[in-house]
Amino acid sequence: MIHVVLPPHLRVLARVDGDVELPTEAIEGPVTQRTVLDALESRYPVLRGTIRDHVTQQRRAFLRYFVCGQDISHDPPDAPLPDAVARGEEPFYVIGAIAGG
Amino acid sequence: MSGVRVLVGTKKGAFILTSDGKRDQWDVSGPHFPGWEIYHMKGSPVSPDRLYASQSTGWHGQVVQRSDDGGKTWEAVGNKFVYDGVPGTHQWYDGTQHPWEFKRVWHLEPSLTDPDTVYAGVEDAALFRSTDAGQSWHELSGLREHPSGAKWQPGAGGMCLHSILLDPSHPERMYIAISAAGAFRSDDGGRTWTPINRGLRSEFIPDPTAEVGHCVHHIAMHPARPDVLFMQKHWDVMRSDDAGESWHEISGNLPTDFGFPIDVHAHEPDTLYVVPIKSDSEHFPPEGKLRVYRSRTGGNEWEALTRGLPQSDCYVNVLRDAMSVDQLDPCGVYFGTTGGQVYSSADAGDNWAPIVRDLPAVLSVEVQTLP
Repeated sequence: MIHVVLPPHLRVLARVDGDVELPTEAIEGPVTQRTVLDALESRYPVLRGTIRDHVTQQRRAFLRYFVCGQDISHDPPDAPLPDAVARGEEPFYVIGAIAGG
Repeated sequence: MSGVRVLVGTKKGAFILTSDGKRDQWDVSGPHFPGWEIYHMKGSPVSPDRLYASQSTGWHGQVVQRSDDGGKTWEAVGNKFVYDGVPGTHQWYDGTQHPWEFKRVWHLEPSLTDPDTVYAGVEDAALFRSTDAGQSWHELSGLREHPSGAKWQPGAGGMCLHSILLDPSHPERMYIAISAAGAFRSDDGGRTWTPINRGLRSEFIPDPTAEVGHCVHHIAMHPARPDVLFMQKHWDVMRSDDAGESWHEISGNLPTDFGFPIDVHAHEPDTLYVVPIKSDSEHFPPEGKLRVYRSRTGGNEWEALTRGLPQSDCYVNVLRDAMSVDQLDPCGVYFGTTGGQVYSSADAGDNWAPIVRDLPAVLSVEVQTLP
């Protein structure tokens, strides 16, 4: 199971309470930023375009990805995530930057 | 007894205000989509419980919501706005060319005949249409691909297509306006477009009478007389009597002709409303007095409407899509402010009262008249 923690706005939009749990079998291939977000968007299509751009698939500018205490936002999207994320011991955080008002 | 439903978009959510035909007691519902910017909400004229809302934030981009029960429940629909082909470039603030990039939906205009068809005016300026109730969106790219497109440039609020008027007498005719490009008309359902800016004069562009480059803030029409258009430009209030072929100024005795909204009385095609704002550098009412100005002569002669509006120390703004009228008799007039007030008048502007005083900054106000 992969645990994903969404920012409050996206939890409301996806109509989920708390963390999202994605079955490991929903991940196609290695556990990476791209495959986790693909699985997340496949389960919650309403999130398409709200984390990554529809066309370029680039991370939206004011969002960050954290895992295991590290900001991995600038890592390649196909780089494997730490085993602790793949094993479901550590969550994949989608964080809204502290910006705006 | 008939009633009204006022759809209010704000910087931090949507609110729905309802009343019976007397329009003196109001129910307030909301915030819907709390924390999100709601640039615009509008209902289908042929299926009034079908509403569309444009929801966005800087963090998460664009979402479009649809309701089929008058705003009690909502469903997120399609949010994929992709320009046709290679979008090309437009003029940037520094005069260089900048690629077209979708940012948000400013205005949603439901079809006059089909509740599943809705138009979206977006930033960077383009027109999209959905024919499946918002599930999918397709650009009417003849507008963006107009040969003048490379000369369009953003106004201070972005390069937004903010006004869409559908002509009830000519189903293939529609008008749009863009800041800062100007107004355009299509006579073939949005396939091809003609700039309609002859007669506009904008001293802040190199050629004040250029074909495009004008910062049109809003346009309005009366459905019974669709060839007559009214415009609040950056400066100047304008009128066209020939479907936009030419414009003439009708600012007349206004204390300032800068402003954002303009609207027309539901039953009197020559009765207009504007909210004069001091200047483009001071976005608040002159002298700290919030005054709606009404012309009963199609322009030039204006009277200040002040009864019930703050007449001292008022420094709010009224944005371009934040004024609307109902269809009752007498006609109701409504507007929202950046200070979070929504004012209504149930007697065509003679007397005003706030429906709500403390909402987030109001971005848009639309009114539905219910059976």
